[in-house]
Amino acid sequence: MAIADTHPAHEEPAVHLGGGEEFEEREFGFWLYLMTDAVIFALLFATYVVMSGNIAAGPDAKSLFSLPHTAGETLLLLCSSITFGFATLASLAGQSGRVIQWLIVTMLLGAGFVAMEIIEFAGMISAGAGPGTSGFLSAFLTLVGTHGLHVSLGIVGIAVMAVQVSIKGLTNPVRSRLYRLGLFWHFLDIIWIGIFSVVYLPGVM
Amino acid sequence: MLLTAPLLSGCGLGTAPILNPKGPIALAERDLLFTAFYLMLIVVIPVFVLAFVFVWRYRANGGKGQYKPDWSYSAGIDALIWLVPALLVAAIGYLLWTETHKLDPYKAIAGTENPIEVEVVAQDWKWLFIYPEYGIATVNELAFPQERPLSLRITSDTVMNSFMIPALGGQIYAMAGMTSRLHLIADETGQFTGRNTMFSGDGFADQHFQAHSMTNEDFNAWVQKVRQSQTALDEVAYATLAQPSVAHDVEYYSTYEANLFETILAKYAARPAHSAAGMEQ
Amino acid sequence: MLGKLTIDALPFYSWVAMAGAGVTVGGGLLVVAIITYLGAWRYLWTEWLTSVDHKKIGIMYIVLALVMLIRGFIDAIMMRAQQAFALNSDGYLPPEHFEQIFTSHGTIMVFFMAMPFLTGLFNIVAPQQIGARDVAFPFMNSISLWLTAAGAGLVLVSLVIGKFSTAGWTGYPPYSGIEFNPGVGVDYWLWALLVSGVGSTMTGINFVVTILKKRAPGMTLMRMPMFAWTTLVVSILIAFSFPALTVVAIQLGLDRYLGFHFFTNGDGGNMMNFANLLWIWGHPEVYILILPAFGVYSEVVATFSGKRLFGYDSLVYATGCIGILSFTVWLHHFFTMGSSANVNAFFGIATMIIAVPTGVKVFDWLFTMFRGRIVFHPSMYWTIGFIVTFVIGGVSGVLLALPPADYLMHNSTFLVAHFHNMLIPGALFGYLAGMNYWFPKAFGFKLDETWGIRAFWFWIIGFYLAFMPLYVLGFMGMVRRMEHYNVPEWQPYLVVAAIGAVFVLVGIFCIAMQLYVSVRDRAQAVDTTGDPWNGRTLEWATSSPPAPYNFAIIPKVEDIDAFADMKRRGVVGAKPERYEDITMPKNTAAGVFLGAGGFVLGFAMIWHIWWLAALCLVAAVAILIMRASNDDDEFTIPAAEVEAIESKRQHSTLKLPTDQPEPGVDPAGKQPMPGNI
Repeated sequence: MAIADTHPAHEEPAVHLGGGEEFEEREFGFWLYLMTDAVIFALLFATYVVMSGNIAAGPDAKSLFSLPHTAGETLLLLCSSITFGFATLASLAGQSGRVIQWLIVTMLLGAGFVAMEIIEFAGMISAGAGPGTSGFLSAFLTLVGTHGLHVSLGIVGIAVMAVQVSIKGLTNPVRSRLYRLGLFWHFLDIIWIGIFSVVYLPGVM
Repeated sequence: MLLTAPLLSGCGLGTAPILNPKGPIALAERDLLFTAFYLMLIVVIPVFVLAFVFVWRYRANGGKGQYKPDWSYSAGIDALIWLVPALLVAAIGYLLWTETHKLDPYKAIAGTENPIEVEVVAQDWKWLFIYPEYGIATVNELAFPQERPLSLRITSDTVMNSFMIPALGGQIYAMAGMTSRLHLIADETGQFTGRNTMFSGDGFADQHFQAHSMTNEDFNAWVQKVRQSQTALDEVAYATLAQPSVAHDVEYYSTYEANLFETILAKYAARPAHSAAGMEQ
Repeated sequence: MLGKLTIDALPFYSWVAMAGAGVTVGGGLLVVAIITYLGAWRYLWTEWLTSVDHKKIGIMYIVLALVMLIRGFIDAIMMRAQQAFALNSDGYLPPEHFEQIFTSHGTIMVFFMAMPFLTGLFNIVAPQQIGARDVAFPFMNSISLWLTAAGAGLVLVSLVIGKFSTAGWTGYPPYSGIEFNPGVGVDYWLWALLVSGVGSTMTGINFVVTILKKRAPGMTLMRMPMFAWTTLVVSILIAFSFPALTVVAIQLGLDRYLGFHFFTNGDGGNMMNFANLLWIWGHPEVYILILPAFGVYSEVVATFSGKRLFGYDSLVYATGCIGILSFTVWLHHFFTMGSSANVNAFFGIATMIIAVPTGVKVFDWLFTMFRGRIVFHPSMYWTIGFIVTFVIGGVSGVLLALPPADYLMHNSTFLVAHFHNMLIPGALFGYLAGMNYWFPKAFGFKLDETWGIRAFWFWIIGFYLAFMPLYVLGFMGMVRRMEHYNVPEWQPYLVVAAIGAVFVLVGIFCIAMQLYVSVRDRAQAVDTTGDPWNGRTLEWATSSPPAPYNFAIIPKVEDIDAFADMKRRGVVGAKPERYEDITMPKNTAAGVFLGAGGFVLGFAMIWHIWWLAALCLVAAVAILIMRASNDDDEFTIPAAEVEAIESKRQHSTLKLPTDQPEPGVDPAGKQPMPGNI
């Protein structure tokens, strides 16, 4: 992180990323929320692992998954995490215009990811591999769909924050919210890596 | 226990199936329960005694006990109240481990005779018993020779049920698409009530059956009686039987559709047929 | 337009259902009429419903809990009456109605009686005990309350419009699936759980942050009162276990609404997964209900024995152990599923290990009474009644933890007796003890003791009469949830159990009388100093009821039992040089609106009124966005106003007893023994 090295945050660790000590409780609370969400995903993963063989009379993972498509989704989401990182750096530098620009880029990348996911799901359903086909597909669509729903909510959140930054500027409350939204966004990246390695990779192997 | 027996029978407990087991499995399970209960009295009786004595001695209004408001710790007491329950749990835990393995319902009973195999199907709201060895089937009546191990394969053609004959031993769930196992044995003849213990809908309260433990001669006669039945459990008859019915009468079937139990299982297979064998949980 | 909702949803099909609906609607109308008659709508709205003050939210939680206690108890006594009669007959309830009643009884008592009661106690007490002015997230606290109320509202409405679930409070599939239960009942149950479950999760997060981040200076974790400790542990349990409930409810919902196959019989569904997920939440939930009561008992027994709690450290560690272990035992709820002997034995032993820290706690409370001076306040009655009764439940619990014994007793009335034996003394008695103990703190006057003691005796006698026969019936082969039976030997026991329920009914009546008499005679029972019982913990340092900010000056804590320590040092009521401005959160109606939105969303989903559900979702998101963009959510109480409030209050003048010097011992050489050696 060569960029971060030049930043004051590194020289003065006392400067709080989230914009002020008074928001520490909110950030701690947000971490806890992320853990509850992680429990939800953990259980959805467990459900998927238990049910991944229950294909009943339906198709199996190998015939449904396309690794290039998933790689494309992964690329979009990972890039969006990086661009969110740039937005965070811009907010530390106090450049509200830059923040908004990077947020919009993030939003577009996220929307691309959601669009690819919808295309994937629509293809499966039209090929007769909907969630009602088998326990495996129920578990698959719920796990991946829950992640997609989180990404979609994240996009709404980014839009709201872009508006807030443009209206209110980079005040402490806005920076704190931006920081928490960033945690959420990066968290979804981590979940996606889990999905990629637990669902898609073994599925096509 | 001997002294309390007359008292218990006066309260209707003389016929309580759990207290008066009719087979070694139920007896072992009951005895484990009693043993653990007596062991726990080591902790429970002191609690009762201390509660009574402390409340009496240290009551503000007339209690004789010395008042020491700053006394709040004693390493000795602290050690004792951790160690005694811990040792007790260790002792019962040892019992638990060995008995759980000994009384695993999936484990065949080491009997002198070949076990009698019965396939059990839970339906709304009745029990179907299939005797592959004899080619017969019954509804709501389970007969077997005494002192011959009963080896049950159990599934459900409806919601989750739980199969139990309290006088002979504990229960196991019956679930669609899955086979669970239960091994029971009766060491005397008699009639015992069995039932579904898992709530399953409107007819649940009446979902019980009679289990008859018989002498070998009586059992053979019973098999003959069932064989003489006019009805056969073919595909059509099964479909009718599988419809919900409350307090279904006992039925005898002289024959049944080949591989009926496997067919019922296969209806709910979670995986394609070639790997279905792996579903026996 | 109205989805599945038609006129047939109204309960004109049976007189029992009509009566239930009539009582529900009539009760609601009566409350509305009384508020209107008193002209109290504005007051109610501005001072209570929109309040974010943790003390008022706590009181509203407990009001909800008491209302739902009555509703849940009506279910209970109806079941006891049915079973007392239904030997070889259908009794007075058809199976479907009986099934709705046992389902709603369990659902209400766990989710809408016990959960609100304990959350209410957390709210009223925990922030004051740690010397805080409010919880970490007051607005989220208000959302939690109103989502819980929304869930309770859905259960109540199911009595009037449509039917409730018949699948038992645990709602096991495939029975609760769409194939076997196509009606709206299971959906009512699902949405009540989902909506209130979100509220509970937020409560968990809120109190973890509150306790870890908002403690007064000097209050280290090992100086926190036991109730604050149980609040912390329970909040962690809530935060980590309720997501499992959410997951399992959503999966069952997807099965029911969109034809998924999570738990269906065929097509690759796996009903065993439901049992696992449900109890991954459900077993920690047992301790979520019980540990707060343990916290109450710890406070009550120390205060009314006039003594410091025995073995504070042991109690803290025991609480932590119980919290951790509670996540490792869920499989004991289905030993009879056919797991291998190794798996069953592992979970059985893990279960029994929990008995060790629990036993330690019981002895710690007993040794707190030892060398004490026990005052028999009603809350102390509940505590002593709990200790003796809970031990019996503990024994039956260890018996059920033995897999072979569980094979015999699973699904029997023995099991029913066991968990009531844990939850009535282990949770409800504690909540009632807490109500008697902290009532003056919340309202400024004490509860009547005579009626409180009467309530206790009727409850405990009723408990033994109602549940000891069920233990015996378990040995006689009776299973739970039977609408009728054909074994004449069972009937005498069921008649005794029904008489027990009548005793409990009188006990509930006594609680109502206690509240009525106390309010009527409140002038004689005013708590002027905020410290009616010579308390030991910080909540007794505030006035009764406390000022909105609780503490004008945040206290400095130097010992366990911080307030007792302040009394000993003689610093109670010390005036500061000057008061400071205090910033407090503003009231907001957003919580009420979100709760209302949750209720309508649930109702719309239950009846498949899709447009209304979508509307509610959009509205909820809009409210949240507006709220998240609002930076003006606080106001300041000027120092002068704080001074004016504080100058009016009286402080406790009670003296804390210390050890009498023993004959022949030099008093100067004796130091009070610290509790945390």
